[in-house]
This record gives sequence, C-alpha cells and structure tokens, in this order.
Amino acid sequence: MKEKDQQKVRLQLTKELNEKLIEIGKNVINQLKVYENPNVNIPLRSLSNVYFDEKDRLLRMGNKATERTYFNLSQSKSFMQTMLVASKLREVIKDGSHVGLRQLFYMCKQGIPGTKENTFDDQGESDIIIEDIEGVLRVLREQIGIVATSKGKLSGDITLVDSGDEIDCGKLGSSGYGIPSIVEKGVVDFSKTKSEFILVVEKEQTWIRLNQDKFWKKKNCLLMTGGGQPDRGTRRLLHRLHTELDLPVYVFTDMDIWGYYIYSVYKQGSINLAHFSENAAVPDAKFIGVKMSDVERFKIPKNHWIPMKKVDFKRVKEIAAYDWFKEDKAWQKEFKKISDFKHVVEQDVLVAKGLDFMSKEYLPFKFDTKDWIE
Amino acid sequence: MAEKSIADELADKHKSISIAEFFEKNRHLLGFDSKIKAMLTCVKEAVDNSLDACEEYATELRKKKKDFELPDILVRIDQESEEVYKIIVEDNGPGIIPKIIPQVFAKLLYGSKFHRLKQGRGQQGIGISASILYGQLTTGKAARIISKVDGKPAHIVELMIDIKKNDASITRDEEYAKFSREHGTRVEIILEGTYRASGDKSIYEYLLRTSIVNPHAKIVFIDPKGERITFKRAVESLPQATKEIKPHPWGLELGVLIRMLKETKKNTVLSFLTDEFSKMGATTAKSILDNSKVNHKRKPDSVTVEESTDILKHMQKADLQRPPTDCLSPVGRGAIEKSLRTEYNPEFIAATTRPPNVYRGYPFQVEAALAYGGNIPETSAKIMRIANKVPLLYESGACAITIGVNETDWKRYGVPKASGTTTPQAPMIILVHICSVWVPFTSESKAAIANYPVIIKEIKLALQECARQLKVFLHKKMKAKREAQRVSTFVKYGTVMAKALSDLTSKDKKEIEDLINTVIEKKFSVNVDEQKKEIEKREKQLEEEEEKETKTILKEAEGEEK
Repeated sequence: MKEKDQQKVRLQLTKELNEKLIEIGKNVINQLKVYENPNVNIPLRSLSNVYFDEKDRLLRMGNKATERTYFNLSQSKSFMQTMLVASKLREVIKDGSHVGLRQLFYMCKQGIPGTKENTFDDQGESDIIIEDIEGVLRVLREQIGIVATSKGKLSGDITLVDSGDEIDCGKLGSSGYGIPSIVEKGVVDFSKTKSEFILVVEKEQTWIRLNQDKFWKKKNCLLMTGGGQPDRGTRRLLHRLHTELDLPVYVFTDMDIWGYYIYSVYKQGSINLAHFSENAAVPDAKFIGVKMSDVERFKIPKNHWIPMKKVDFKRVKEIAAYDWFKEDKAWQKEFKKISDFKHVVEQDVLVAKGLDFMSKEYLPFKFDTKDWIE
Repeated sequence: MAEKSIADELADKHKSISIAEFFEKNRHLLGFDSKIKAMLTCVKEAVDNSLDACEEYATELRKKKKDFELPDILVRIDQESEEVYKIIVEDNGPGIIPKIIPQVFAKLLYGSKFHRLKQGRGQQGIGISASILYGQLTTGKAARIISKVDGKPAHIVELMIDIKKNDASITRDEEYAKFSREHGTRVEIILEGTYRASGDKSIYEYLLRTSIVNPHAKIVFIDPKGERITFKRAVESLPQATKEIKPHPWGLELGVLIRMLKETKKNTVLSFLTDEFSKMGATTAKSILDNSKVNHKRKPDSVTVEESTDILKHMQKADLQRPPTDCLSPVGRGAIEKSLRTEYNPEFIAATTRPPNVYRGYPFQVEAALAYGGNIPETSAKIMRIANKVPLLYESGACAITIGVNETDWKRYGVPKASGTTTPQAPMIILVHICSVWVPFTSESKAAIANYPVIIKEIKLALQECARQLKVFLHKKMKAKREAQRVSTFVKYGTVMAKALSDLTSKDKKEIEDLINTVIEKKFSVNVDEQKKEIEKREKQLEEEEEKETKTILKEAEGEEK
C-alpha cells in the first residue's frame, strides 16, 4: 500500500471515531437537558454474553449490555470515568499518535476538586473503562491508537512495511521481528510471501530454539509466537497474514489445558475480548501438538511428565463444556485422555531428546504425517 | 447459767466497741475507703442534705402560700496542703436552730429518716456526721457549721465528735455576723483527700449529674484552682412534694412481716392489717385472715411463723389497688429533657417516666432518658445511674441499672456495640433514675441498686420506650446522611464530568456544569450552592496542604542528598 493510501485509510477511520465519541458526549448533554438520568450502554464482557458463531466458527459478543447511569451512587464514578476516558481518547485520535495504556492512565488520573479522591487510582481501572468504550464504539483500541506492551515475535521470508520502514523478517537474527501492539493497515503493511504456512508456537523459548535452527527456512514457513497467552497485536497480525496471504496456520503448544486454551484463543477468540475475535481469530488453525499420542510415539520419559493439579482437572471440565469444544469429537477424546493420563507434558521436553529434535524430527514427522487436530 | 454469762459477755463486748472502731472497720461501707472517694462522699452527703433541706423548706412555705426560693447551692473546695482539703457546702435552706446543730451534725444515726417510708436522698442520717468524723480522724480539725434561720442572727458552731459518747464536743458557739444569706446553712470540713478534676468518679461529674436530675436547683462549684462553674437551673418550678406511706402487701417479705407483727402497737391482727398497710380495706383484711384461719382478734405478737407465712401468701394474692404514688417524686420527662438539653444540646432526646411498680411492698418508679449527639463525646455511651435524684458513681458493675442497660438489645435500635463489650458505642447519654420510698442498695455505701427482677424489668421497659424513638431518629438521620452523600457525590464528580463533556462536544464547560447542577437540584430537591461552596473551601485547604507537603518532601530529599 502506498503511503498516500495509508494516510487516506487512517483519516477515514479517525473521522468516524471522532464523530462516534462526540456522539457519546452529546447524548449525555441531551439527556440532562430533559432531566433524564444520563446513561450509556456498556456491552457485557463475560461468558454469559459470548456466543459461538457456528457458521464463522468464532466467538462473538452478544447483545447483552449493562446500563451505566450517572445519578446512581454505585455507578456515578465509573460514569464520570467513562466520559473522562472518552474525552482523552478523542484527544489521542485528533493527534493521530500512539499512546500506551499506562500513559493514557496518567492522562486521565487527576484529583477531584474538594476531595482527596482521584479520578483513577490504578491502571487496572482505566484499562477496564477503555475496554468498555471499545464495546460502546464497536472499535478496537488499536484503531484508536492505544498501545499495550507487546511480546510477540515473527521470523520468516516476508517483508513488512512498518511505519514506512521496510523490514525483511528473514534477516533479523536471533531476535526476529517484535510484533508491535498496533498492526493495523496503514501501520504495518505487507504484500506477498513465498512462505507456505504459519507455525505459531506457544512459548518464546520454543520460538528461539526453532528460529536458531532456521526452521522457517527449512520448512518454508513463517514462525511466530505470542509468548504464552498472546497479546492482541500478535493475534491481529496472525489473522491478517492468514486472511490476506491465505496461509494455513498451525499451533504448537504444551500438552496441558492452558496450552489447549491458548490454541483456542488463536483459533476462535477469547471470552473477554469476544468483540475482537472477528478481527483476530483464525478458525482454520490446526493443533499440531503436543498431542497425547506423541508421548508414546516419541517415548517421552516418565520423569518428564508433570502431575496435574486439582485446578487443572477442573479447568479441563470447564473447557470441554465450552460450545466450541462440546461437539468436537477429536478434542473431547483428547480431554478424556489427558484426564485419564493425569499428567501434562511441556513442549520443552522435546529438546532433551536433542537440541534440534524439534526441528529435525518432531515437527517434520508431524507435518509429513498430517498428525494434527483440525 | 453458763449460757447467760456468755450472752452477757457478748452484750458487754458490743457496748465496748467504740463508734470510732466501728467507723474504722466499716469505712468502705460508708464510702471512705479511698482518699478520692472520701472527698466525693463528703461532698455528696453535704449536697444531698442541702437539697433535701431546701426542698422541704420551700414545700412548707408553698403550703403556707408564702414566697419561697428554689435550691441555690455553693460547693467550694480549697486545698490546704498537698493532701488536705477544705470542703465547703452552703445552701439557702431553712437553717438549723443553734440548739440542735450538735445533734444533727455530731450524732451518728441521728435523724428522722431511718424510721419512715418516704422518698428522700439520704436514708440513714449517718452520712454527714461520718464525714465530720472522717475529717476529724484524718486531720484532727473541728468541723465548722454556720447556720441562719430567717429573721434571726446567724450562728457559728465548731465541733468535734466525742466518739465515746457519740455526741458533740463543742469548741466554739457564738453569733456570727458575716453570713451573707437570709437563711441557710454552711458546712466546712477539713479532711485528708485526693482531688480528681475530671472523670466518671469526680466531684465535677457528681455535681453535673446532680444538676441534671435536680433541674430546679442552681449549683455553683468553685474548684481548688478557684475556677467557678455554674450549673444553671433548667426549670423554675419546685418538684411535687413527697409523702410518707405505709408498706404495700405486694412483694412484702416474710421477715419484714414478722418484725412488723412484733413491733406494732395495734391490739388485733385485723387492725394491724388495716392500719399498717396501704390500700388494705377491712373486707380484704378479713378475708385474708379467714383464708389463713387466723382469728381477727388475735394479738399481733401472738401470731406464729407458720400463720405469718399463710397470711403473707394470702396478702400477696389479694386483689388490691396499686400502691399510692404520691409518695414518689420523679424528675419528670419534660424536666429531664430540659436539663439534658441545657447541658449537652443534643440532636435527639427522649425521656420517659414509667408508671409506679412495687418491689417487696415498696413502691418505686423508673425514669429513663436517652440523649444523642450534640456536645456528647463520641466515645462509648455514658451511663448515668441515679437513685432518688442522687447520682451513683461507684460499683456500676453490681448495679441493677447497669444490668438493665446491658441487657437491652441496642443493636435492634440501631445503636452499635463495640466488639467484646456490652456497652453501646455511640455519642449517647443513658440516664436511668429510680425513685422509691426505700431504694434497695446493695450496701451501706449506697452505690449500687440491688438486682430485683421487677426493677430490672422496669428499667428495660423504660429504656426500650426511649430506644424506639431513638431508632426512628437514627433511621431518619442515616437516610438524610445517605441523601446528602449522594448529592455531594454527584456534585463533586459533576465538575470533572463537565470538563470531559466539554472536551468531547466542544461546548462551554461552565454551561454544562450549571446544567448538571440544575438537574441535581431538580431531581433531589436540594440547593447545590452550599455543597459547591463547601467543595471550593475544601479545595483551597487541600491545595495549601498539598503545597506544604510537596515542599517538605522535596526539602527532605534535598537534605538526604547532601
């Protein structure tokens, strides 16, 4: 995309968001003018307001909302906070800059006249209000220009244009491309790649090992990680690479319930950010391992198994009951097996079999035999 | 013979115990067991006597349709040396004719109160002479009494107690020209003591409470530092006069009945029953005797213990009128409220006077008052125990009033209790007054009221009556507080909101703020101006505080660097 087009896209979005924010303020003033209790509807961000869209195979946010009103002792403060954050977001948009969540917190933190109280006391409070406003505006905070700490990495044969700079992700040494918080069109652009698929690994350590082995070169793929539970930038970039370049996605995690859930987040989205799934989920993502069958096949020694804790068993039951897993026979089998096995196995144990075991034996076998869960 | 000689011996021994020895052995019973308490007891006895005398005098004058004065009492304490004080109590009572001054002040157990059933402050007439004796034993100084009867010259008497004879030994007795009142008595006692300026058991507290339950009295207190405190009158009328009464059969105890049967001058049991008890008619008396199978004409002292038991049983079953209540003189609801209001200016006050009831044949009446807020300190509730208009300061744990207060379910009335204690935690005064012709004290020091179930029940009923009103008040107060809190919440966030909305919509901030406040005013029917002023005032203070704080922190940091 040319720089001129990038600017055009940005301007259009800015204009729309600006209007939406002004609208919030105007509504409140109009309600006050007719002596109504000012209110704003905040979409509910909990499991009860999240549903699994079977057609698109991703999580979506429902229509449930809570009404936040000003003349209500328990909501008055959060209502004021909502207006305050909205006004600061407008400032950020007008300027077109990127502002960190922590920085926005300080922009909003101020004393309330005549009291020793602050508008905000910690960043957790303002982060929540930002998510509320995302829901109200039906936009992503990335589109507004609010950035979070990012930890995702990418390497492979692809050239990106990041804020006007060309970056060849095949020539970034051992650290790779640090995926920024905002990867929207106009900020991060790409056109094509020779790579055939994307391998996403759960842990940064696994990514470092595979990157050192130049696995991406050997297998002609893009190698990504979100470093555990992925941040929004990583998920959004994965989604864009997958949809815009038509690359299949494979996810490689620990064999434990937390790894399964990370896969689930990449695949159909997270509960808390259900409104983000449409822009971040990869419903076609496949789970490549570590699978129960790998334990026997690769003879993972017993002293590398870790006993499951009580909370793990509980979580398995919970996840198995989620709509998007409930009907999936392959996954129900996997859940059953791990519950019976009573142990978890981390991806790192494979390195004990040889430093390059993962890139030379394990993963090639998996891809060659198509040993994955759809 | 041997038996008789032992009895004689004992009798001789009793005689030989001197009054001084008796006093030494029984100081604690009489309220002289510590130096602090001794001073209080001395003031208390003198003030009680003064109030009784002033009231009786005024009542007599009123009866004769003459002008009378309400009690006007001066209490002064001078420090003579480190642990020696002179206590002076002066009143505008009738005065005492010089001839009987020695008897009144120097004879233990003298007085007319012991053998009659009448509500009065002192009961045994032991108090003031015991105080004089205590002063004499600890300092060797004579007591001084100056008294003036209206229209006659004042007289000064200085006396000590001859403990062997239980009589006065007079060292000075003459006319005295310098007494400033038309009539009245002044007592001066020098004694060893320890003075406490404040606290629950201080003389100040005693006088304060006395003035609360004697709102018709003016009391001036000059403390050892020469500071003058005036407890003003809250009402300008004399309390109703009390009458002597006979015991009422309800609640009479067997021992008392047997003693009365032995001591009566009546010739027949029938006349004994009808004449020595109140509310007892001839018909009722006859049926009691018939039911007990005792001949009407029997001599009272011939009635056996078994027969007495029967008579008592039927007396208590008899359908009688309640005991007469004109023998009781409660302070009165209105008067208590007035005096508590004068002293504490509370936000809430409730008082009640219960109808009279009977314990052991003695009528009694309970009054209670609750005062909340105002100048009452924010600690745990202060309990004021009063018996026959005299405050009780000692032995609170053993007292029926304390038990009644603790057994009241304060939580139910919206008053919190501190964890681990039974006393309610609130800026509150709990006053309970018990008046009776014979208050059942637990001991001779007259510091605590005995735990008769019927007395505790009356105390609780009185407290509950007041507490119900308090509950309504507290509920309203809480509601008002919540409402005010709500409004102030909306106003304070309103300023931040106005700025945010102005930034969002590019409209004028002041206009939006005014709009928010108009809506608040309309929605909650309040005036926001006051809240806004308060906020502005607070903000100025806070800004100054913060500036100071920031400066100090920076200065300290600088100092550390160096």
